[in-house]
Amino acid sequence: MIKIWSMKKNEEAAAKKKPKTSAAQIRVQKDLTELDLPPTMTTHFPVPTDLLNFTLTITPDEGMYQGGAFVFSFAINTNYPHDPPKVKCTQKIYHPNVDLEGNVCLNILREDWKPVLNLNSVMVGLQYLFLEPNADDPLNKEAAEELRKNREQFLYNVKQSMRGGHIKGMPFDKVTV
Amino acid sequence: MAAVDVQRVNGTSHVGDWPDRYYHVDQVLDRPGPRTDPSFMAGDGVKDFLRNQCKILVIGAGGLGCEILADLALSGFKDIHVIDMDTIDISNLNRQFLFRPKDVGKPKATVAAEYVMKRVPGTKVTPYYGKIQDKDDDYYMQFNLVICGLDSVEARRWINATLVNLVDPENPESLKPLIDGGTEGFKGQARVILPTVTSCYECSLDMLNKPTAFPICTIANTPRLPEHCIEWASVLEWPRVQGDKKMDTDDPEHIQWLYNIASARAKEFKIEGVTWQLTQGVVKNIIPAIASTNAIIAASCCNEAFKIATSSAAYLNNYFMLIGTDGVYSYTFEHEKRSDCPVCGGESLEVSVPRSWTVERLIEMLVEKQDIQIKKPSLSTATAQIYFQAPKQLEEVTRPNLEKLVSDLVPDGGDITVTASSLPFSLSLRITYV
Repeated sequence: MIKIWSMKKNEEAAAKKKPKTSAAQIRVQKDLTELDLPPTMTTHFPVPTDLLNFTLTITPDEGMYQGGAFVFSFAINTNYPHDPPKVKCTQKIYHPNVDLEGNVCLNILREDWKPVLNLNSVMVGLQYLFLEPNADDPLNKEAAEELRKNREQFLYNVKQSMRGGHIKGMPFDKVTV
Repeated sequence: MAAVDVQRVNGTSHVGDWPDRYYHVDQVLDRPGPRTDPSFMAGDGVKDFLRNQCKILVIGAGGLGCEILADLALSGFKDIHVIDMDTIDISNLNRQFLFRPKDVGKPKATVAAEYVMKRVPGTKVTPYYGKIQDKDDDYYMQFNLVICGLDSVEARRWINATLVNLVDPENPESLKPLIDGGTEGFKGQARVILPTVTSCYECSLDMLNKPTAFPICTIANTPRLPEHCIEWASVLEWPRVQGDKKMDTDDPEHIQWLYNIASARAKEFKIEGVTWQLTQGVVKNIIPAIASTNAIIAASCCNEAFKIATSSAAYLNNYFMLIGTDGVYSYTFEHEKRSDCPVCGGESLEVSVPRSWTVERLIEMLVEKQDIQIKKPSLSTATAQIYFQAPKQLEEVTRPNLEKLVSDLVPDGGDITVTASSLPFSLSLRITYV
């Protein structure tokens, strides 16, 4: 018998323990309380006791999307940080890397996610999409096509969509502040 | 151990035991070998422990679990418990040899337990059909050893954290060795975790391969592989068409729907190879299981269980990997403990505070404390936030707690989790009141 068992048997049951904080929970606490965000990004917790579900609002202060407020939902599961957070855009926006369902094409949200990344990296990554929309990884093909072919027209479409206008008959959500 | 019934020790009084039943195993247990642990007590004592006292828990009754149960029973473990939350699928029958076609649809744990008891007389196997999370600390406390044959990272993290937290420095019985087996195709691993003593599962979390994921833009625009079409159906089309309805990858109708969508997509892009089976494989992240890999890894795990239970030989320290893709290659090494591991690492501090202290006073004390050097700590209990330095909204919500008494928020002997950027991970405070 290995040594630990040669000791006295079941002398007294271990003191009843409280439910311990899970590794995912501690990690989320750490990520959130150490967020280092520029003034262009703010988090909102609909239920402040629930750290696993919240929104991030990005208000770019430069670039083509300046003047808009873009809201993303974050859903973190108990297998974080092994699993990345699930992030969706809650508005219908005109953006080459965000589709009309709110899916976001950001590598670190899927294929390049690693547990060493954190919520801060994801948020900074999201903001970058508004500063440098990327026509090479399109989710909204028409928007990407427009950005590549006719930058002026694309910019016009962005402004139009942000005001809640239609692009080629498709209505978009008003996101201007 | 003094007054042991000799009859019992030899096992002859047990139902189903016969002379020389353990002839071969007893070769190892009757006398010490050159590499046996100095504490090894050859003979009746160790046999009595193995056969009459040792209680072992097997988590998972699937590919690895079936092998583990058979190996344990045949090496003389007699009190085995098994947990599995799954039912038997027809596709399991090629390698999960405790199951027969008539068992399809029945709980794996129950069928496996009955089969082993039938084939290995005198062995008691107690099944539990459900989740490991259903059971509490008292349940896990009753075992001497835990062996896992799991296919999920989440379940492994859970049982690992549970066993680490179970360790009570006052009670050596609370340290339950965890033996974890895992296979993926021709590759496998077996490891021995002595919770809080050696590196734990969470320590090595970043060694894991990430599951294959394709860039979402490729799925959406330029599919080239059948897998891209299937991911298109499950990641993009399911939420778009089905809304909030949750996808159940065990529901054949859901798989059928995905298969139909993926096939149409494949046709559109002239991609071949989308099948029902591949669809199920991709959405459930199935890696083909190889029976012989399971057999090798299970044998290794049970070998470790036997050595630990009997101390008849040195046990694995602490990681064994097997690569069977090109010939058979194996390597054993010691995975080191991570000091900043969120489960077994991190500092733990006993603090004794007056009942009259406010949260603010406690934080002041933490900041002033020379030996821990915390700047801007955020505090929470397992169920609630106490004070968060950021984000702004949470700081405002928790700020009123600063004025409250610690003793109103945390019971005597309760834990507080502290995080701060200056800490490698977190600090656990055990609060007692004076």
